[in-house]
Amino acid sequence: MDKFTTLTGIAAPMPLVNIDTDMIIPKQFLKTIHRSGLGKSLFDEMRYNADGSEKPDFVLNKPAYREAQIIVAGDNFGCGSSREHAPWALKDFGIRAVISTSFADIFYNNCFQNGILPVVLPQEAVDALMKDAENGANARLTVDLENQVVVGADGTEYPFQIDAHRRHNLLNGLDDIGLTLEKAPSIGSYEQRIAQSQPWV
Amino acid sequence: MSGTTPASSGPRTLYDKIFDAHVVDRQPDGTALLYIDRHLVHEVTSPQAFEGLRMSGRKVHAPERTIAVPDHNVPTTADRVQGIENPEGRLQVAELDKNAREFGVNYYPMNDVRQGIVHIVGPEQGWTLPGMTVVCGDSHTATHGAFGALAHGIGTSEVEHVLATQTLIQKKSKNMKVEITGKLRPGVTAKDITLSIIGHTGTAGGTGYVIEYCGEAIRSLSMEGRMTVCNMAIEGGARAGLIAPDETTFAYVKGRPHAPKGEAWEAALNWWRTLQSDEGAHWDKVVTIRAEDIAPVVTWGTSPEDVLPITGRVPAPEDFTGGKVDAARRSLDYMGLTPGTPLSAIAIDAVFIGSCTNGRIEDLRAAAEILKGKHLAPNVRGMVVPGSGLVRLQAEEEGLDQIFTDAGFEWRLAGCSMCLGMNPDQLAPGERCAATSNRNFEGRQGRGGRTHLMSPIMAAAAGVAGHLVDVRDVMAETV
Repeated sequence: MDKFTTLTGIAAPMPLVNIDTDMIIPKQFLKTIHRSGLGKSLFDEMRYNADGSEKPDFVLNKPAYREAQIIVAGDNFGCGSSREHAPWALKDFGIRAVISTSFADIFYNNCFQNGILPVVLPQEAVDALMKDAENGANARLTVDLENQVVVGADGTEYPFQIDAHRRHNLLNGLDDIGLTLEKAPSIGSYEQRIAQSQPWV
Repeated sequence: MSGTTPASSGPRTLYDKIFDAHVVDRQPDGTALLYIDRHLVHEVTSPQAFEGLRMSGRKVHAPERTIAVPDHNVPTTADRVQGIENPEGRLQVAELDKNAREFGVNYYPMNDVRQGIVHIVGPEQGWTLPGMTVVCGDSHTATHGAFGALAHGIGTSEVEHVLATQTLIQKKSKNMKVEITGKLRPGVTAKDITLSIIGHTGTAGGTGYVIEYCGEAIRSLSMEGRMTVCNMAIEGGARAGLIAPDETTFAYVKGRPHAPKGEAWEAALNWWRTLQSDEGAHWDKVVTIRAEDIAPVVTWGTSPEDVLPITGRVPAPEDFTGGKVDAARRSLDYMGLTPGTPLSAIAIDAVFIGSCTNGRIEDLRAAAEILKGKHLAPNVRGMVVPGSGLVRLQAEEEGLDQIFTDAGFEWRLAGCSMCLGMNPDQLAPGERCAATSNRNFEGRQGRGGRTHLMSPIMAAAAGVAGHLVDVRDVMAETV
């Protein structure tokens, strides 16, 4: 998995609340059997007309945000389905961090599996960063995982919380499966215990 | 040392108990490695996971605990046996077929009579049992919580993790109790309970929590109704919803193909009877709703929290605060609705009865009861999609298919169908649907399609009326 340490980049403002995974990547793109190539379909129905032409008003179609690496979003970003295609599409587009007041649980979890950092901040902080984001390339934000802080365009620092386990894996680009397989003996003894006590499981 | 941190002490919730019973290893920061008893797999979220196994030379750790069934892409028309027309959908189902056989997991192919929506097949076949941990690369895995199992959706990377290790890395969620006191009024169903809860708490109200549903109204529900309630826990933001198992649960489970039998059944029952929250257990949040206060509801917007009693009117953006003002404006525009319009005046073009929320036999019986001797309004098309091949067979034995077809509905084969339209069952742009499914997101049932969520009897009644309607009025006429 890709590491995430510190990122300085353009942030796209998406103040809409409840941006769901059907918006992030609609169903027609879930038919793929690959992880890559979904960036062009990110936010498809918000981003393109039915004829495939771009909607010029959509934030990621504006010249200032085509290279965005961060999204500042309204509450409850990523609600809805468990589709990991959502973080795959964000990453393929180039988004490496999303900042919001809250995230849906499964989406939040899926981000960490793909080297994307979801940052939870209080409403006032998100409001301030949203204003920064509206200034596009004139207001680059820094997301610093090492120090657990987002730095706004004017240098204001917004500290954030994150699980130690998740931070460690993201900073080091560690693969969960490899780590868990080191615990194979514990898994084996659990299975032996259950085979005795709950043979029907 | 990891692995020896004590489990929760003192009185525990049902969630605490199931979590503790499955901890394989615990780290100092509280992150646990949980053993997974059942892993359900469908074709959309699994191909990349199996590919990952192959690339790293790994096997499926416990194929006997893994159950695969295609559901999202499968056609629901009678010509299914001829295969899937869409090449990408066909490839995805073919990949599942290949992976299931190569890795030796339990498998119900597309043309097996037991095939259906994964969350209907699991309980139906007795794979889902009380006290288990159940995961699937699908957010509606919450459904299985109806059995007192800890069940939730996971992403594809986690699917690969479970395939390779039969465990999942988990941080403990908080405990939330949702109590529905008293008795439901006539015309009010499990769907109205679960939608009303989301209307009450919002789509993020359950974020970070596992919900336990309790109270007289929940206890009185059948297993089908309980599955409907737990299914939509995720729409309220909670990864999992639980209902403590009781005699209703045991009666449903007994005799199912993969349920324990003989001595094992007795031993299992003994453990299952302990699966209740202790008196004095700690709840981080408690929500209490009186069943008598719940009316038949519908959604008006593009979030499942946009719930109102059918007797209400379309709200205005100004009725809301904060970010919801703009969201409501966008929803009303997408839905083509004018504030102040009575909800019962909203004309519909389509009715969809089915999905993992409401595609079980009881749902079909209830809808058929409303439709008996009636017909869809002119210009309304209707589709009934049973949740599994066995639900379909059962309905046919009871003559329900005849009632539906006489009423002008299409009687389809089992699958996810128009709940999310990954197969050809979709709404056209602007088409408005009374749907028994779980999500009314923009484009969910087809680009530009407009979804109103409701119960099977409300959807059936709307089909006959040609507009959203209070099913209690229809029931009064029938009596």
